[in-house]
Amino acid sequence: MDSFQTADNKVHNLRRQVEATENQLRELKSQLQQAEQQAEESRNAHSAYLGGFPAEWIDETLQVLRQNEFPNTAQTIRQDHGFQQSPSAANVTKRRWPLDKDEYIRYGRQLIMPEIGLHGQLRLKNSKVLVVGCGGLGCPAAAYLAGAGVGTLGLIDGDTVEVSNLHRQIIHSTTKVGMTKVDSAYEYLAALNPSITYNRYPFHLSPDKALEIFEQYDLILDCTDHPTSRYLISDAAVLTGRPLVSASALKTEGQLIVLNNPPKPPGDLSGGPCYRCVFPTPPPADSVVSCGEGGIVGPVVGLMGVLQALEAIKVLTAKVQPIDQDPPKPTLLMFSAYNTPQFRSVRLRSRRKECAACSSQASITRQALTNGSLDYVAFCGAALPINVLPPQARVAAADFARLPQDGSNKLIDVRDETQYAICALRGSINVPWTGNADSWITRATQSGALAQDGRHYYIVCRLGNDSQLAAQAIMDRALLPILVKDIKGGFKAWREEVDPSWPDY
Amino acid sequence: MTSPTIEIKTEFTGGLELLFSNQRKHKVSLPATDLNGQPANITFLIQWLCEHLMKDPRKDMFVLEGSVRPGILVLINDADWELEGEEKYELQAGDEIVFVSTLHGG
Repeated sequence: MDSFQTADNKVHNLRRQVEATENQLRELKSQLQQAEQQAEESRNAHSAYLGGFPAEWIDETLQVLRQNEFPNTAQTIRQDHGFQQSPSAANVTKRRWPLDKDEYIRYGRQLIMPEIGLHGQLRLKNSKVLVVGCGGLGCPAAAYLAGAGVGTLGLIDGDTVEVSNLHRQIIHSTTKVGMTKVDSAYEYLAALNPSITYNRYPFHLSPDKALEIFEQYDLILDCTDHPTSRYLISDAAVLTGRPLVSASALKTEGQLIVLNNPPKPPGDLSGGPCYRCVFPTPPPADSVVSCGEGGIVGPVVGLMGVLQALEAIKVLTAKVQPIDQDPPKPTLLMFSAYNTPQFRSVRLRSRRKECAACSSQASITRQALTNGSLDYVAFCGAALPINVLPPQARVAAADFARLPQDGSNKLIDVRDETQYAICALRGSINVPWTGNADSWITRATQSGALAQDGRHYYIVCRLGNDSQLAAQAIMDRALLPILVKDIKGGFKAWREEVDPSWPDY
Repeated sequence: MTSPTIEIKTEFTGGLELLFSNQRKHKVSLPATDLNGQPANITFLIQWLCEHLMKDPRKDMFVLEGSVRPGILVLINDADWELEGEEKYELQAGDEIVFVSTLHGG
């Protein structure tokens, strides 16, 4: 009996053992399958990481892996790539995506451009750009850079907003006349894009401050309007190793150059040329014409400012160049509104071996800039105010207005035809100043303006400079035995002293 | 016997056109060799333009000390003349030489 029962027990035990082992085997198989799946996903995640997974995304990756309960994989990635600390939950939530939610919406249209992409947008966000000059170039340039999401924008300008700026300096407005351009620009830009940082410098750039300011930025935009500032900005950009996007405009034409790009140290000939490489000697001061004197069509300067913003974005978001590819070739882009074709791009020279700023024998040093020994105004020269006539050959506008209107006087207006057509005094004769005494005398004689009829001659222009030269030209040749005078201060004085309604263009 | 000439295109921009009858583009035909019998180069061209094409008496707005005044870029077939040998570049028929005055406004 006993032996029978013992045998039954043994069978029963063995069956339970088989059952248990089978359960265990099933469990093991299931575990194996899960482990294999884990290993596969871990391998994929790992190779994705090695295949250019941006560092900014590591938290994102870890978060996904945690949610899927693969702590070991997460740990492996972390250890393999030197991330020792486990990401805290708070940190992961904050940096779930590399850009903020609103930034995907705001920058979405440029973000989907392969030229920009997430990589480019992050670079813009981390970039600091300095806009020197908040005028016709700086206004559109700063607006587009703020719109594009450049992280920090610095704004330099020492001027205040004037009504005559508004046809082209489009981020200022009528209600801001009298405000500093920097504050006016800030108000517009902060409304356009409040999410970026703005630094305001409401003064003209000076050599002693240039390096200190430039060092806080990655890229500089020259939006100024005079050779003096153009040389200073270029020198400071070279000394601080910053690329420089430079543009200019006058009348119906514009020019654009990207300088010091790549921004190699002075002496490295593989760096991009600087302003002094292209223009080692400043132009004679009297050949420099400002927008106030020469005029400017609004969209022309606006276009050049927009192109500066574009070039800045291209430099900031440039992908790493393969080693075998040549660096960007320096070019000058010229725009001419009334010419065909309107655009022309020409190849420029590379760095000048003997350049005063960017060569190995550079004489322009950080010290020279900060201790004030470099005098940019003296270097470029200044057009002196014209004062060539003796006092008795000049008459105040108010005195001219009191002269008898009996036909004993003759008024020659030497402004150009366009200005003469805007406003002119009745009875005046228009003989535009030609820039040269001989040719003007020839022109005036041909037009009959210098006919000797015994009348007194008065000469007038816009501001009272050319009129002196014309009066002097007549006197020097002793063409007329009679009285010749220029009207001091021209039509500006006429408006102030005599006729307040005279157009103030 | 007329001496051989060479035909090129010239253009003046950035305000320089004001010195050249307010006309930007000029086709010019100049002697193929200079007074010394050397092939016409940029130096010769500049001198020739001053004497024959430029009606404006303000020569110093274009030429200073025998070369173009500072602030003027010379472009030879869309390249900075410094890439082509500057003044010594020998003109070829059909060349396009552009004189650009730098702008400073902004």
